[in-house]
Amino acid sequence: MQHQLLIGYDDRHTFLNRLSGSTKLLCFVGLSIIGMMTYDTRYLLGIMVLSLILFHFSRIKFRDVSFILSVILGFSVLNLVMVYVFAPHYGVTIYGTEHLLLGHHAAYFNLTTEQLFYEFNLLLKYTFMVPLALIFLMTTNPSEFAASLNKIGVSYRISYSVAIALRYIPDVQSDYRTISLAQQARGFEISKKAKFMTRVRGGVQILLPLIFSSLDRIEVISQAMELRRFGKGKRRTWYMAQRFKRNDYLALLIVGLLIVLGIALFRVNGGRFWNPFKA
Amino acid sequence: MQNKQSNSIRTVVATGIGAAIIFVLMKFVAIPTGIPNTQFNVAIGFLALLGAIFGPVAAGLAVFIGHALNDFVTYGSPWWTWIIVDGLVGVAFGLAKNRLKIADGALKTSKLVWFNVYQVIVNFVAWVLLAPTGDIIIYHEPASKVYLQGITTWIVDSISVAIIGTLLLALYARTRTQRGSLKKEK
Repeated sequence: MQHQLLIGYDDRHTFLNRLSGSTKLLCFVGLSIIGMMTYDTRYLLGIMVLSLILFHFSRIKFRDVSFILSVILGFSVLNLVMVYVFAPHYGVTIYGTEHLLLGHHAAYFNLTTEQLFYEFNLLLKYTFMVPLALIFLMTTNPSEFAASLNKIGVSYRISYSVAIALRYIPDVQSDYRTISLAQQARGFEISKKAKFMTRVRGGVQILLPLIFSSLDRIEVISQAMELRRFGKGKRRTWYMAQRFKRNDYLALLIVGLLIVLGIALFRVNGGRFWNPFKA
Repeated sequence: MQNKQSNSIRTVVATGIGAAIIFVLMKFVAIPTGIPNTQFNVAIGFLALLGAIFGPVAAGLAVFIGHALNDFVTYGSPWWTWIIVDGLVGVAFGLAKNRLKIADGALKTSKLVWFNVYQVIVNFVAWVLLAPTGDIIIYHEPASKVYLQGITTWIVDSISVAIIGTLLLALYARTRTQRGSLKKEK
């Protein structure tokens, strides 16, 4: 818990910082949806390389993100191992051919090129968005993020909820730490050393004060907002909103083309998978 | 009219703060079950209370936002199928609001039993039927793996709501004044 997990925004004076939040949000969501759909290795690799290049330009220090990267990599590897344990022949079913590398044809645990290739695709799918997500997190001002949500068509009440969430996460986090330390000082064990039920009970002892104080906070904030006539108008302007500039249109155009390319590849491949074994 | 207005502001704020709490709980108070990406989540117990107080819109959106933000900073990319299913669970918990009437004070045991039966069914539909099917269709993951993850999540989430959710509901109801508890002096 010593690690700062919520990595922060910082103005690094790059062109990525100057793009408007709406542009970055649209690009991110668009690429993440197309990446979710496609299993074309070439396409995923292309986006991965592109996002790594952008990551280089964003001037984010590797040291700042190395912890979160190791967590992500750890989880991806665990998932891949689990996929192999549960379905070692899944690649064969998808690609329709079988090239044995290790083991016997009839054995449950054998290794085929198809399976390796499928899992490589999975790894790409788990990780290709990570550089983009980091760029998005570290170059977008949280207050501007809410304004951008509203700009791309999300209702301003929901955008405002997101703004409140982003604003209060650090507060809730520090409340949580304070309460947790206070309860541990009183003798509640919540570390990994304790038994499962003890940990759950310790969790509840932290949860109760946290939740009840937050419910009070909800009352206070909503009364303050009501006094300032929140929600009376149909629309809302945002202090942090940015106008679209030339670079924004350019970025949207590039991402739009990438998405069209991804959809075109579905047609070329005759489905979501690119099959190099067919030839 | 007056009342409606302030209710909608409360929904906005409850969504925001609820999302912040869910985010923090998912991040720090999750106990791994040993199967990747499935945790014993305290947040889902809190969701039951949030739904019972503020209704389906606030609960559904709060867990949607909280879960998406958490995925975003933990795994780098949001896992949309599970986030959407989590949002639906929030909506379902919120629909129990009118039945539980938690603001009227003291929850009877029968209501708590009803809620627990309801939540086990909701979790079953969400994690055993919807989430793995979404994973198979959208992400093309092997069926046996996602069903194992789904069933594990169903069990731990149901337990979490049964213990923590029920406890929170009962404790919260006790802090409310019971309806009709005032009597005219004779």
